[in-house]
Amino acid sequence: MNKVLAGFVLVALIISSMAIIGLADTFKVAFVTPSTINDSAWSQSMYDALVTIQNEMGKDNFQFVYSENMFVISDAAAAIRDYASQGYNLVIAHGSQYGGSLVDIAPDFPNTAFAWGSTANTFSDQGITNIFSYQPYSEQGGYVNGVLAAKLSETGMMGVIGPIETGDAKRYTEGFEAGVMATNPDAKVSVTWTGSYSDVSLSAETARTMIKAGADVLTGTSQMVIGAIGVAKKEGAIWFGYDVDQAPLAPQIVVSSVIVDWTVALRPMIAAIQSGTMGGKVYDLTLANGGLKIAVNAEGLVGKTIQGIINGDIVVGE
Amino acid sequence: MSWSIIIGILSSGIRLATPYLYAAVGETIGQLSGVVNLGVDGVMLMGAYIAFFVALSTGSLSLGLIAAAGMGAIFGLIMAFISVTLKAEQGISGIGLYLFGLGLSTFLFGITIRNVQTIDGFPDLAIPGLSRIPVIGEIFFQHNILVYVAFALIPIAWFLLNKTPFGLRVRAVGQNPEAADSLGVNVGRVRYLTVTLGGMLSGVAGASLSIALLNTFQQNLTNGMGFIAVALVYFGGWRPVLVFAGALLFSTVNALQIWLQVAGINVPSDVALMLPYIVTILVLAAMAKRRVNAPAALNKRFERGES
Amino acid sequence: MNQRKLLDLLPRLTPILAVLIALLVGAVMLALLGTNPWEAYRALFIGAFGSTNALADTIVKATPLLFVGLGICIAFRGGVLNIGGEGQLVTGAIAATAIALSVPNWPGWLIVLVALLAGTLAGAIWGGIAGLLKAHFNVNEILSTIMLNYIAVFGMNYLLRGAMMDPLQIKLGSFTPQTARLPRVADLPRLIPTRLHLGAALAVILAVAVYILLWRTTIGFRIRTVGKSLRAALASGVRTKRYMALSLVLAGAFAGLGGAVEVLGLHHRMFTDGSAFGFTGSAGFNGIVAALFGQLHPIGTIPASFLLGALLTGANKMQRMMQIPSALIGALNGLIVLLVVGSEFLRRHRIKRTQSPESERAKTSAEEEEA
Repeated sequence: MNKVLAGFVLVALIISSMAIIGLADTFKVAFVTPSTINDSAWSQSMYDALVTIQNEMGKDNFQFVYSENMFVISDAAAAIRDYASQGYNLVIAHGSQYGGSLVDIAPDFPNTAFAWGSTANTFSDQGITNIFSYQPYSEQGGYVNGVLAAKLSETGMMGVIGPIETGDAKRYTEGFEAGVMATNPDAKVSVTWTGSYSDVSLSAETARTMIKAGADVLTGTSQMVIGAIGVAKKEGAIWFGYDVDQAPLAPQIVVSSVIVDWTVALRPMIAAIQSGTMGGKVYDLTLANGGLKIAVNAEGLVGKTIQGIINGDIVVGE
Repeated sequence: MSWSIIIGILSSGIRLATPYLYAAVGETIGQLSGVVNLGVDGVMLMGAYIAFFVALSTGSLSLGLIAAAGMGAIFGLIMAFISVTLKAEQGISGIGLYLFGLGLSTFLFGITIRNVQTIDGFPDLAIPGLSRIPVIGEIFFQHNILVYVAFALIPIAWFLLNKTPFGLRVRAVGQNPEAADSLGVNVGRVRYLTVTLGGMLSGVAGASLSIALLNTFQQNLTNGMGFIAVALVYFGGWRPVLVFAGALLFSTVNALQIWLQVAGINVPSDVALMLPYIVTILVLAAMAKRRVNAPAALNKRFERGES
Repeated sequence: MNQRKLLDLLPRLTPILAVLIALLVGAVMLALLGTNPWEAYRALFIGAFGSTNALADTIVKATPLLFVGLGICIAFRGGVLNIGGEGQLVTGAIAATAIALSVPNWPGWLIVLVALLAGTLAGAIWGGIAGLLKAHFNVNEILSTIMLNYIAVFGMNYLLRGAMMDPLQIKLGSFTPQTARLPRVADLPRLIPTRLHLGAALAVILAVAVYILLWRTTIGFRIRTVGKSLRAALASGVRTKRYMALSLVLAGAFAGLGGAVEVLGLHHRMFTDGSAFGFTGSAGFNGIVAALFGQLHPIGTIPASFLLGALLTGANKMQRMMQIPSALIGALNGLIVLLVVGSEFLRRHRIKRTQSPESERAKTSAEEEEA
């Protein structure tokens, strides 16, 4: 066994070669993310943003590759390092768990820019100059959803279903609660954490329990909420979405979704890199700069109301 | 505690228990014949995927269910072939099967369905008459048809294993395959049957998620349920009725912790989430005195002519 | 004579043959997708062995597999099925992290020593809970260790989003569930300028220690006796329950140490994504696979861990270079495992063909004794 192994290693070392991508003008991005790019949530929103940029800049000027499902940190670190060594202009490590890896890798590749989020930490205090960061102000979107929720709820009870009480999920939830309380101080917001980003079954059952307890408005974060949305659809509760436009999942009940438009961070970041700045900036995504948008469901209550007013079916007030 | 809360929790518990019931009963049958299949989660995922895909494409839920059972049977056959014919190490082949099922289901989903969506799955079926009984009716008789079938499995499995010649052969093969072999029982054939049956039930377990309870499919939909199902077999001491009790216990405590969080009771969410696991261990510990007979030939390969 | 040598060599080659068959099936799958299988497998190879960095990554990936695998060797030979590797890795890592963060001013070597011991102890306790439950309450260890995995993960989440959260995270308002970076002096030294750290060497040394424990000490003998036959053990006066519990304690200890090593050598902080897998990379389960492939022999577990690590590392590279969906890589991994384990049949069949039944029986039992 050992001899064969040694033989393998020898052959491998002889064979090994690297093809360095040599196109000079194309801006090349590598995207490492912890879930799949069709997760209807975190990863998909960034993937969609990259596709948008590619359509804007043209395939000759902008290319990107990706490694999805990189939830194992050591594998992600190997991927990030590998992409950097292949000469990509920008490596996006799309997850707050990747920060520690970036600190180790970035200094070895001063000509590569790295970006990660959600966070405000660019490690500049440690002398690192080629890490960007981005953070969505999820609490703003949560607040808007909360205000709408409080106005639309007939029972005065709302439910929030989240994975674990950290990061964006925490900020969104706190914003939502604040929005609800500001609009209807007597409202009750029930917050439940399922302990995982992918426990669809638990999110569905949580939604049912909330509805049984009297909630008629639900919201939540992460890719598991599809379970809750399904239940809400069945029971007629309304839903506020986050991350991507969730209206297609349940057009009858989704009122609006908070969308994160990562292009608002990507465009200035790419411009900065092309002009020589490799890091050190934090890109906020807010309602003010369009990084956060509220996507109103045209089929849903708000959308229909707007249409009705436009059509004249609904006559507004005096 | 008001009645409606108790009703809600128990009814939730029953729904949550359903996939565990199918998978754990299937695994019990396989293990009684001496084969451990750790790949249950992967088989559930393949069953869930194919049920969703077929239901989505053809509009027929029944077809989806049949596809799931068939897919599960195929995977069961693979496991049987590797464990029984090739006589491979069962633990590893189970894990290999899990990885294969997880990867394949995710991959196929990515290229055939691509985006997450919901369908109208099996509807809830209120059993006429029984569902009107106060309290009991709401807890037990207003469920999905696949829930009812899962419950029916328990007496069926008990009967099959304890009162039929097949059941006797299964147990014999699991306890003492050499003796069974010398009495003319085809050990390999029995194991093929049980493991394939177990796979089929795991496939249906997956379908119960994707086209009945959750009405969607996503990568890793089961999130490790299959492994809990295997653990429940040990909880139940290879007796279908106790396995069933274990699945209900685990799921009801899970429903309880959800309620605790929803009601806003001041317990850290992580502690609440631990409850089903802690309670399951404690209950099993409390049953310490009972006798447990593991199938003596469990996880051992059977070679004719070897002692 | 030459023919005999070839026949003897064949059984050892069958795992490789099986890998090749699996790769062939995978090649068909890849070709159907329009990906060039040769390129893909070249990427697999390069990713695992193709450069110093790749080789380092492979060994780094194999290290926790070896730690867990060593514990599994002890446990399974002791007749207890420890499925609690994930939870034990986590408790070990948390304990080591807590220690390292609380004494940042100590000399580096002391922090490392105490942290590693803390991790070992924490893992031992976590395994010991399962041991206690089995010995005194007859709780099947497969059930208890699986349940304990989840309990450990939820406990980790609780700590990392609360008491152990990096103060910087709180200040920044991002609330990422991770701890502060461990003091740099506590970083395990690198063996060469790559990610390869001392932990790998430690694991190999411990493998030898486990071999000595199992085959050259009384305790080891008793552990193995209990594993072989409860009846024989009882008859010879061995307290079976005690040794089963001990096996679980030891298995937990090794996994806990593995977790501590991962933190001190590779990650330098503790973090979570809700599950343990981001940190462990499923080493708690893959370690079982490695141990079984290594025939439950500590020395055999070394190459088994290495090759499994190579497969996992190479597969990631293959995904990157060929932009293949990650799920297909996972499916391929599973297929390779299935085929390799299935190929054992060929090995045994080959042995049977070359020997008479009586000597085969004697040889098999002698093999088991010695191996």
